[in-house]
Amino acid sequence: MSLVLSLFLTFAMLSLLAVGGANAIVPEMHRQLVEIHGWLDSRTFGQVYALAQAAPGPNILVSAALGWVIAGFAGMAAAMVGIVGPAWLLAWYVAGLVERLAGRPWLKAVRAGLVPVAVGLILASGLIMAEAAAAEWAGLGLTLAAAVFVWRTEASPLWALAGGGLAGLALL
Amino acid sequence: MTDLAPPPTRLQLFLAFTETGLLGFGGAAALARSIIVERRRWMTERDYAEILAVGQVLPGPNVGNTSVMIGRRFHGLTGALAASAGFYAVPLVLLTGLLLLYDAFGDEPAAAPFLHGIAAAAAGMVIGTALKMGQKLKPPPEAVAIGLLAAAAAAWLRLPLPLIVLILAPLAIGAAFRRQKQAAR
Repeated sequence: MSLVLSLFLTFAMLSLLAVGGANAIVPEMHRQLVEIHGWLDSRTFGQVYALAQAAPGPNILVSAALGWVIAGFAGMAAAMVGIVGPAWLLAWYVAGLVERLAGRPWLKAVRAGLVPVAVGLILASGLIMAEAAAAEWAGLGLTLAAAVFVWRTEASPLWALAGGGLAGLALL
Repeated sequence: MTDLAPPPTRLQLFLAFTETGLLGFGGAAALARSIIVERRRWMTERDYAEILAVGQVLPGPNVGNTSVMIGRRFHGLTGALAASAGFYAVPLVLLTGLLLLYDAFGDEPAAAPFLHGIAAAAAGMVIGTALKMGQKLKPPPEAVAIGLLAAAAAAWLRLPLPLIVLILAPLAIGAAFRRQKQAAR
């Protein structure tokens, strides 16, 4: 089987495991790419992962970066289509199902019931991000200031991010 | 009832999700909410929260999933494609450029404190968004408890997300069902 095809299949399988987004499947990605297939070594995996994290854009793009390192542009395309495609199709069909069943009382309860879980999980992801980014006092201060800014004002949160970057240059 | 703006065009969807994907810094769901609910007023707080909740339960990036569902709601297949293309395409082009630079130059140390500051602020943005949504949705007490349990399970106990959903969703859905019955009575 050609490398590009098996890259596609590997990422397509990972796509359906990625409940919670890219960070949920990084360990499995490492196991598949480094340990099972031996397409790249652990050190390169770590570097590419860090690079994709630092780059603007959704974390799932780490797949595209890994595909590129393994097999160039064709590898990047295969990894990207593989990681996005299956989950995209599933979201499309579930959205249709939710629209069709919209009036049913049990579906209303499902949707309303999942909302507090969703908000709780957003809070959790903020706390997990803070654990890495706000390890020292200056970072913690930035995190708290940004949280209050976004919570209490209607201004775009991009101001908080820009302010955080500038404060980082001065303080960190 | 909050008054909504007219529905977005496909180009507006594309651009809104481009901004979200490009500038989200790990907090895309927070930024998407600010654009879609506050700035553009395409959806209500509750509508967005419900779509995001479904997007979280499905595999794939949460906001990638919401881009499919929100795009589909407004413009069907082309809307879903436009919104998702916005979310992935421009960041992918930038990442490609970065990878080519990485090959040529390696890492640039001066960028580290800047990115670190953004990361700290992004964590705050996500926390602030959760607080704001929690406040605006005016949840009943049992929903607050479920939300806090979900947060503790994910952030503190580090349980995998499918397990959290499996445990908390039946509770949460049961509670919501009881509220509906009470309201109907």
